Amino acid sequence: MAANAGITVENITVVRGGHTALDDITFEVGGGTLMGVLGPNGAGKSSLFGAIAGTLPVARGKVTLHGLAAQRSGLAYVPQRDSINWAFPATVNDVVTMGRSWNVGWFRQPGVRDKEMVRLCLERVNLWEQRNALVTELSGGQRQRVFIARALAQEASVILLDEAFSGVDVGAQEGIVEVLRSLRDEGKIVLLATHDLTNLAKRFDSVLCINCHVCACGPPDEAFTPEVLEELYGSHGVDFDVDHFNYGRQA
Amino acid sequence: MIDYIFAPFQYSFMVRALIVSVLVGVMCPVLGAYVVTRGRAFLGDALAHSVLPGMVVAFLLNISPFFAAVPAGVVIAVLMGTVSRRTGISEDTSIGIVFAGMFALGLVMLSRATNVNVNIEDLLLGQVLGVSQTDVYVSIALTVLVLVGLYAFHPQLTYTTFDQIGASVIGIKTGLIEYVLLALLALVIVIGIQAAGIVLVMAMLITPAATAYLLARRFVGMMVIGALVGATSAVVGLYLSFYADLPSGPAMALLATLIFAIAAIFKGGWRARTVIR
Repeated sequence: MAANAGITVENITVVRGGHTALDDITFEVGGGTLMGVLGPNGAGKSSLFGAIAGTLPVARGKVTLHGLAAQRSGLAYVPQRDSINWAFPATVNDVVTMGRSWNVGWFRQPGVRDKEMVRLCLERVNLWEQRNALVTELSGGQRQRVFIARALAQEASVILLDEAFSGVDVGAQEGIVEVLRSLRDEGKIVLLATHDLTNLAKRFDSVLCINCHVCACGPPDEAFTPEVLEELYGSHGVDFDVDHFNYGRQA
Repeated sequence: MIDYIFAPFQYSFMVRALIVSVLVGVMCPVLGAYVVTRGRAFLGDALAHSVLPGMVVAFLLNISPFFAAVPAGVVIAVLMGTVSRRTGISEDTSIGIVFAGMFALGLVMLSRATNVNVNIEDLLLGQVLGVSQTDVYVSIALTVLVLVGLYAFHPQLTYTTFDQIGASVIGIKTGLIEYVLLALLALVIVIGIQAAGIVLVMAMLITPAATAYLLARRFVGMMVIGALVGATSAVVGLYLSFYADLPSGPAMALLATLIFAIAAIFKGGWRARTVIR
């Protein structure tokens, strides 16, 4: 991986539907990092991912991926559950094969190398046996692993997961985190957005707490101060979430 | 029995009708698979009604309706998206406005065009027995064009249908793909109008595809089964039209609906269990 591998976000402001979704966000994340992006609903987590992925226009500031401002190749996105059209009848294999679409031009269908890549990615997330199942027949955790396999099939160096734990039970969350950690160990950058603080305590190398602006950024131990939690969730959040955080640390 | 099957084809108009029926039966559900899985049935219906002014212009100029209806369909498809984006009105409402406005324009033009020799009932309900040799050639050419388009853009079209944001992140131009799909849809609707008419082409577009949705596990399988169901409905509908002197559109639509009802009764349950809402 290049010396300047990483994401640099400098002073970005994103305006959506007339209101400021993100205001002057600045942070940096280097290669081989598993980062949690934390904030309440409506804090701008999806907007931040949209800005990084280049699907949302940035009113001000810039996002640099591996030292290049305009480049977005090598970036994969694991969408929120609600943004998927579940009426589309696709098997596990079909969805992961979609990850090869960047490599497939007009008039071309996936070839032998693409199919081999899909097999490797499915084995990596332990879903090769279920390759012919419909994605809608899987559990929430298995579905997330399918989308992670799709990101792997894309040969991405940066993976953005939007609300990846929503609808996934705690046991299955551990399985997902295990896969993400192994990706981190290979030097990939993994950003996982969640509004659920209980998942963050001990799972991530660093956390970015946002609520339209950056509230804190750093290792979980340092980032989670009562002040930051209050800024994120109000006074109710401090009582509720600090308990969970401490529970996480003792566990 | 054999005589009943082959007798109609001693007439050349029946041979032409058979070719067009098969093309309509196959192509409408193939595109319909996208319409059904994207939940865009209203758009399909609206497109069919909105090409009426284009077809009237073709009658006035005494050319095949295709030459005016195809560009009209593509322009209208683009217009529907543009109205929604520029005004901020919901897409559903924009489609409704363009749909009603264009259909009304077509009917007004038709009522004023005294020198046009066209049966409005055939236009609305379809009369496949009346297709000309040129219509057959143009239908075949358009079918080939649509199939090539579907094959060329298959990975991009399926990705965009399943996960629009993911597709755009991976670098697929989702806006362009949307217009490609609308253009292909406009072409297929114009082919379909000959057999099923403006009002009932919807039945060929979505009903066989919906039947296939209940029977197939995967999207490509849905296209294939939809094409089989569509072709069966169209060809059997053609016989009914010939022997029972029915307008072809209603005959085909009724058969497609009947096959759907049977599939829904016997096979609908498993799909209901796999859909995540």
